[in-house]
Amino acid sequence: MAETKSNKFVIAVYVENKFGVLTRVTSMFTRRGFNIDSLTVGVTESPEYSRITITMSGDGYARAQMLNQLRKLFNVKKVELLEEVDAIERELVLVKIRNDPDKHQRVLAALDIFKAKIINYSVEALCIEVTGTPDKIDALIEMIKPLGIIELCRTGIVALQKGGGSILEQPDIN
Amino acid sequence: MKLTGAQIVVETLIEQGVTDVFGYPGGQVLNLYDAIYEAGDRLNHILTAHEQGAAHAADGYSRATGKVGVVIATSGPGATNLVTGIATAMLDSVPMVAITGNVPQNLIGRDSFQEIDITGITLPITKHNYFIHDVTKLADKIREAFRIAKSGRPGPVLIDIPKDIQTATAEFEPRPVDPPFPQREPSPGKIAEAVELIDRRSRPYIHIGGGVIGSGTWDLVLELADKIDAVIGCTLMGLSAVPTDHPRFLGMQGMHGRYASSMASNDADLIIAIGTRFSDRATGNKEKFAKKARIIHIDADFAEISKNITADIGICGDIAKALREIIDRVHEANHMDWMDHVEDLREREAGFITDGPGVLTPLKIMETVNKYKTAYTPIATDVGQHQMWAAQYIRFQRPRKMISSGGLGTMGFGLGAAIGAAVGTGEHTVLITGDGSFGMNLNELATAVTYRVPVTIVLLNNRTLGMVRQWQTLFFDHHYADTNLDVRKTDFVKLAEAFGAVGLRADTPEEFEAAFEKAIRSPEVTVIDCRVDKDEFVLPMLPPGGAIDDIITEKRGV
Repeated sequence: MAETKSNKFVIAVYVENKFGVLTRVTSMFTRRGFNIDSLTVGVTESPEYSRITITMSGDGYARAQMLNQLRKLFNVKKVELLEEVDAIERELVLVKIRNDPDKHQRVLAALDIFKAKIINYSVEALCIEVTGTPDKIDALIEMIKPLGIIELCRTGIVALQKGGGSILEQPDIN
Repeated sequence: MKLTGAQIVVETLIEQGVTDVFGYPGGQVLNLYDAIYEAGDRLNHILTAHEQGAAHAADGYSRATGKVGVVIATSGPGATNLVTGIATAMLDSVPMVAITGNVPQNLIGRDSFQEIDITGITLPITKHNYFIHDVTKLADKIREAFRIAKSGRPGPVLIDIPKDIQTATAEFEPRPVDPPFPQREPSPGKIAEAVELIDRRSRPYIHIGGGVIGSGTWDLVLELADKIDAVIGCTLMGLSAVPTDHPRFLGMQGMHGRYASSMASNDADLIIAIGTRFSDRATGNKEKFAKKARIIHIDADFAEISKNITADIGICGDIAKALREIIDRVHEANHMDWMDHVEDLREREAGFITDGPGVLTPLKIMETVNKYKTAYTPIATDVGQHQMWAAQYIRFQRPRKMISSGGLGTMGFGLGAAIGAAVGTGEHTVLITGDGSFGMNLNELATAVTYRVPVTIVLLNNRTLGMVRQWQTLFFDHHYADTNLDVRKTDFVKLAEAFGAVGLRADTPEEFEAAFEKAIRSPEVTVIDCRVDKDEFVLPMLPPGGAIDDIITEKRGV
């Protein structure tokens, strides 16, 4: 409660790979009044667990409550706050833009800068794929907006800690 | 041995030490009830009038005994009728297992007759819940449910069992009951910090909540208070943990707490909070709560530390271990000035408690209950003014005797809970209720009469929703919007008689004493309709959002 600075943070959660577990996690957000910016979920190195990556904003109080309330859930195995300096964060976006031959030059320039690929080409539209940090994705979207975005889809952030360890092996801190 | 799912439920309940269950049959639990029927005298089933009453009974049973309460209901409306009861148990950390039936799995998701997603509905109001997909895992899930319900900070767990699982068969072997999950070891560093802080402070106040009752640590609390010369105050949920007449005990603090207790918490330089969440009802305005004090917070649930009030030192894990370590390491202390100050507060408090002669007042009712109840009498309440008067004036000698809905504040909780407490303890139980609350679930009179459950119902009949009226008087310009019950024509004496109970009326202190003495010595269910003034106030009162300086100690506006 002492901190009031609002900032973004990323939480990695290992949950049991079972029916209804994602609902338990998201229901807790609603119950506690937490707002999430993005959430991704997928299988892990171990078939028993799924890994949820959550990004949200909030002060120190919200962050501590979020971690504690997640740790209380029975199907949650491990919860770790990923500090930006220690984490590798990536996001993938697919963007469909109008195929306008007059703008090809600008499209190709953008693709080059962001190491993006055209993964589908049709007379009406181009579909672009790019992977990167959320900031990079934001920048790409800004750059190609004037070219006429038809629709886009972002995956939300996935993140791992740098170095050799696994968060599953780390002790809980409280 | 090979058993049906329904039989596995019954055998696992018996294996877990369950002797009594509360419930209501229906289409999707017919198999389960057939197994209960076959189990005969090994499992006592109590049929209530409504599933909500069954849930409150299981809750009251648990609060009074410390055992896990069990409630059974059918799918659909049976399951949804449990919701208020489960939420009540959740907010007061009561260990409970709720078992519901559901439609067979091939009908799930098709909006079948009496199909409802009760695991979805109860997600935010259970500690955990299960939908059973596989009969071979049924027994282990029930075992796990009991383990979760009673481990650490207790709470309700729901198990939804579709009908096809109840009829399918699997191997079953009874197993010894698992102990609760191990709790965290209290951090030695934090214990050392706490010891150092306690040794440096001279106005200590120990603030206890329901967690002291849940963890059975009332003796340790008294030992700590004696060693460091502290006073003790409590939340509504902490009532009965410490004997009311103990010289160190100041009573409940907070919105309607005892004056001396609330003032002392404000004047303390150290608050040791144990097994409590600093609810808004206990603290008033959080920004102004106990500003002169450093705070040590000890709780089984790590998520409670600094959730509502920032703790200077938070100790989570096993409360008994934490207290033992602190007691062994703190220095004995004497705080004469602090004790003198507390004595002054008590004297001022005595001046506020006034009572007119000859009139049947809530205070006289509580004093009469005190005179005739024993140390072992469970006192159940509903929610409202009567509940606060009971909290302020009933004198407890033993723990687990105050059975009251604190966190959720569930009107209609009392009668079911009183039945559960009486069944669990075998003690004649007193329900203190009001005409508003009693009106919500009075159908459970049928249950009490059917099973000859010894319950005396003290009905503080002020012909209004008194607590709401008090707020309307103070803060809403005497607009008594929908709180006047004078317009109701209910005759509670005749009503009691219609249910097969005894009905008595009391208009004077003498009439009440005669009625209460008769009732508590009788095995019959008795309703005593006590006529009290509709403009009685619960005092003192910290207005909502207010702090200790805003305390109201005199009736005003009427």
